[in-house]
Amino acid sequence: MLYREAGQFKSSYAEDQGIFPLRQDRIAFWVLMAVAFVVVPLIGDQYWLSAILTPFLIFALAALGLNILTGYAGQLSLGTAAFMAVGAFMAYNFVLRMPWLGIIPSFILAGLCAAAVGIVFGLPSLRIKGFYLAVATLAAQFFVLWALQRFGWFTNYSSSGVITAQEIVILGYAFKTPAQKYLLTLAIVALMALAAKNLMRSETGRAFMAVRDMDVAASVIGIPMMKTKLLAFAISSFYCGVAGALHAYAYLGTVEPEAYSLDLSFRILFMIIIGGVGSIMGSFLGAGFITLFPIFLNLASGWVSHALGVEISHATVSNLELIIFGGLIIFFLIVEPHGFARLWQIAKEKLRLWPFPH
Amino acid sequence: MKRIIAAGTVALATAFAGTAAAQNEQFIPANFYWVGPYAPGGSGFGGGMIDYFAMLNERDGGINGVKLTWEKCETEYRNDRGVECYERSKKKGPTGATVIHPLSTGITYSLIDKSIADKIPLISMGYGRADSSDGRVFPYVFPLITNYWSQNTAKIKFIGMKEGGMDKLKGKKIVNIYHDSAYGKETIPVLDVQAKKYGFQITHIAVPHPGNEQQSQWLQVRQIRPDWVILRGWGVMNPTALKAAAKVGFPRTKIVGVWWSGAEEDVIPAGDAAKGYIAAGFNLPGTNFPVMQDILKHVYKKGKGDMEDSSRIGSIYHTRGVVAGIVTAEAIRTAQNRFGKGKPITGEQMRWGIENLNIDDKRLKQLGAVGLMNALKVSCMDHEGGGAVKFIQWDGRKWNVISDWIASDQSIVRPMIEASAAQYAKEKGITPRDCSREK
Amino acid sequence: MSEVIFFFEVLAGGLLAGVMYALVALGFVLIYKASGVFNFAQGAMVFFAALTFVSLTERGWNFWLALVVTLAVMVLLGIVTERVVLRPLVNQPQITLFMATIGLTFVLEGLSQLIWGSQPHGLELGIPDVPMEWLSQKWNVNISQFDLFSAFVAGGLVAVLAVFFHRTRIGRALRAVADDHQAALAVGIPLQHIWAIVWAVAGFVALVAGLLWGVRNGVQFALTFVALKALPVLILGGFESIMGAIVGGLIIGASEKLAEVYVGPFVGGGIESWFAYVVALVFLLFRPEGLFGEKIIDRV
Repeated sequence: MLYREAGQFKSSYAEDQGIFPLRQDRIAFWVLMAVAFVVVPLIGDQYWLSAILTPFLIFALAALGLNILTGYAGQLSLGTAAFMAVGAFMAYNFVLRMPWLGIIPSFILAGLCAAAVGIVFGLPSLRIKGFYLAVATLAAQFFVLWALQRFGWFTNYSSSGVITAQEIVILGYAFKTPAQKYLLTLAIVALMALAAKNLMRSETGRAFMAVRDMDVAASVIGIPMMKTKLLAFAISSFYCGVAGALHAYAYLGTVEPEAYSLDLSFRILFMIIIGGVGSIMGSFLGAGFITLFPIFLNLASGWVSHALGVEISHATVSNLELIIFGGLIIFFLIVEPHGFARLWQIAKEKLRLWPFPH
Repeated sequence: MKRIIAAGTVALATAFAGTAAAQNEQFIPANFYWVGPYAPGGSGFGGGMIDYFAMLNERDGGINGVKLTWEKCETEYRNDRGVECYERSKKKGPTGATVIHPLSTGITYSLIDKSIADKIPLISMGYGRADSSDGRVFPYVFPLITNYWSQNTAKIKFIGMKEGGMDKLKGKKIVNIYHDSAYGKETIPVLDVQAKKYGFQITHIAVPHPGNEQQSQWLQVRQIRPDWVILRGWGVMNPTALKAAAKVGFPRTKIVGVWWSGAEEDVIPAGDAAKGYIAAGFNLPGTNFPVMQDILKHVYKKGKGDMEDSSRIGSIYHTRGVVAGIVTAEAIRTAQNRFGKGKPITGEQMRWGIENLNIDDKRLKQLGAVGLMNALKVSCMDHEGGGAVKFIQWDGRKWNVISDWIASDQSIVRPMIEASAAQYAKEKGITPRDCSREK
Repeated sequence: MSEVIFFFEVLAGGLLAGVMYALVALGFVLIYKASGVFNFAQGAMVFFAALTFVSLTERGWNFWLALVVTLAVMVLLGIVTERVVLRPLVNQPQITLFMATIGLTFVLEGLSQLIWGSQPHGLELGIPDVPMEWLSQKWNVNISQFDLFSAFVAGGLVAVLAVFFHRTRIGRALRAVADDHQAALAVGIPLQHIWAIVWAVAGFVALVAGLLWGVRNGVQFALTFVALKALPVLILGGFESIMGAIVGGLIIGASEKLAEVYVGPFVGGGIESWFAYVVALVFLLFRPEGLFGEKIIDRV
């Protein structure tokens, strides 16, 4: 009743092509933004800001990067964490060695370095695809971490190969508190998500999708295969690189190369699959599920045992949490194999008809 | 309406005051790991610490009447979960988290900045950054007892003793097999310095994570034919290394491991191949120490202990947790002596307590921990405080002590720590504290 | 020790290590061949099987009894997986099925630690993992008895699987399903049963791999990591070929050991972690479907 397009007429192409053609969607979006930018920093405590929301946003950005590659361009990759590592370590080096550059340009340059690495390791995609390609990108994962550990230059010759992110200062303003770091992350993520959304609706995005759906057909209609695939790797790695830089600067502070292990690559892949392959929104939903749900389970098990008044051994609880988490993944996939983003779409369609389904 | 609100506020205020008075408690987070590949370490260490606190509560009613409380949080040995647990636990209890034992080098790194902002000290006992021993640059980090570099110099001393004097090390060959990670690489510089000083030849061989295949590394060892091998492993890498050593016929009695390679869980999976293997330890296993007897009597007899598998009581990881408990409780006691007995202390006061911690031999005797650990004296300059280790040898069933406490060589370690800390301070723009002004 | 002998020792060690990789890879291949599922849970299955076996023997069970019971458990696991996870997801995209096996991984990891605890165990199969004396004394070559035993087991396993696939009714049905699901259904092959059988067989392979790796590493959570060792083998040998898994394993094993010993010291060591992937990549550039993979022709 409340959510339908009746009475909203589009009188220009620009309106017709808006990201949110529905007024209700637009309102909901701006409310969400207002909450994220204004309300959350005001009421959120440190726990929420620095342990929940900031990492959620950073992982969502990395998932978004991977989604551009896997979801839109159809190239499966398991090197995400390595591209994040390139971003983090290169950002550190740019800030260290060219302090006059400023943080944001350093992040951008770090992202570009990640993009360059992405292009190199994207080359096999010209020959192979599917799971073969996924396993081939593992070469990136292991090689990059190995190189970061082996060559002292990357870590400024620190004895243990660890970098400590410098303070974030933009135009003389220092980002120190969790709220400030959260806002910085949010702003970057929001901008990049908007850019991604528009990019995927542009010619480039359509070329990506053509390659994904049928690469032979795409090349027949004149889409340059090499350029498109490598561009997808570059853009995706750029996003991952910026996410990595944020991960080091706005979240962990001091990082070792192993923080970007294969485990992280896999988790980001989980995020996009469970969230929705080929959906910007899905990246956020998936990141939310994979990063926040185990924490929620952990908290919930505490409440349950508290409420029941029984002392269950902690190891048992932790293992049960794992089982429930795995079980839920299977459950959600059976309910909706295309991820949360599809569920969201179905919900919206239902809502349009509500309360008169016929 | 106004009256109701006023009455409500009064009621709330009294209720709040009431709970505050009842909360004569000291909260210490137990952020460890009970699942995954490193679960034996996390559950054993966490269990030991919790058992010691439980014993203090049962036997003495806490510390000067302040009960110790804790809450477990599963970090899965992952940085992000560790940060989440830290943020979740830091506000709990009447004075917030007193101190954090991250029990992971990676999580320690991630918490260094946060701990300063929140004024919550970190104890990275036997792990973490070696250079954080310089308390001027790292006011809130305490790599207590021994850091990796100190332990490494003690290890070389031990090898020297076995060879019959440090001068005999000249021309000897030592291979350092290390886990290819920040943790594993930490001792490379200190070994290089010692190699130069004593004239032995050192070869560093990296084992890629997780270390479940070491054929080529041990073939290299076989080719080098070293006199000693230093094993710097973690998790599955340790038993695999011992098995691989047996496979190439390298004597296990010539392999010396770091303490994270020296628990029962590291040798039992290797079976017979582990016989004769030597490891360093800053805590010793066993249940004969009076403090362990007290834990059995006051906690386990009442069916309250934290270890589910009773055979693990007194294992290396368990007693290491007990040592962590002793150090933590003693630091709380020290802080209480200054800031008010019988009152919970804040993290900032705890920092002072750890920095002025002094567990001498007399105190060790009172604690019933003679032989379990070595004496410890922390200061503003030296956040490590001890620096002596013993060496233990696995006989196929249990660990036997084969050396006395061997002190580290601070003449090598200290300049390196100060240089590394100074570099960190420069990168971060930290002005080191002036220790002469600390009271 | 002469350089030549040492070279052969490295080579032999690498080939035998490759056999161990191939054992793990076999489990992936079986499932991928029959159902097109990239089974992320294979590592967890290896861990679960080995842990169940070792826990039973530690409780005083007879070796063979424990083996049979563990096998039964793995078969049951295969049937349950098919019924609960795969059947509802029939005809879904590959990546969805892949994700479902990830869910299965979490469940298995939690379940095995919940039932048997997270303590590591030692495992001995009665064959010592030490160099054979006459070889090392006469030629100064170190070849482990256990390595040879593993090689025999792997060879036997492949032979049994080959007979199973080519000579038995079920085996032929399996190959039919692998070739074309729909055609197989059309001639009346019960797809669901076949999948359950394949998962059960993969469980059996996981048990064998778990036992052999368990002797090396101890039976502990880290056994789940052995799956990583199988991945380069898979792309090299092809996801669908049992022969490919064996040959790929041998190539990867030998080349990564040789590289680590002869190239590693010049670049700081530890190159094993990525070298296998580079070898596999180079092969892929020439044969994108792997050594023995099926050539796929794209049609527009």
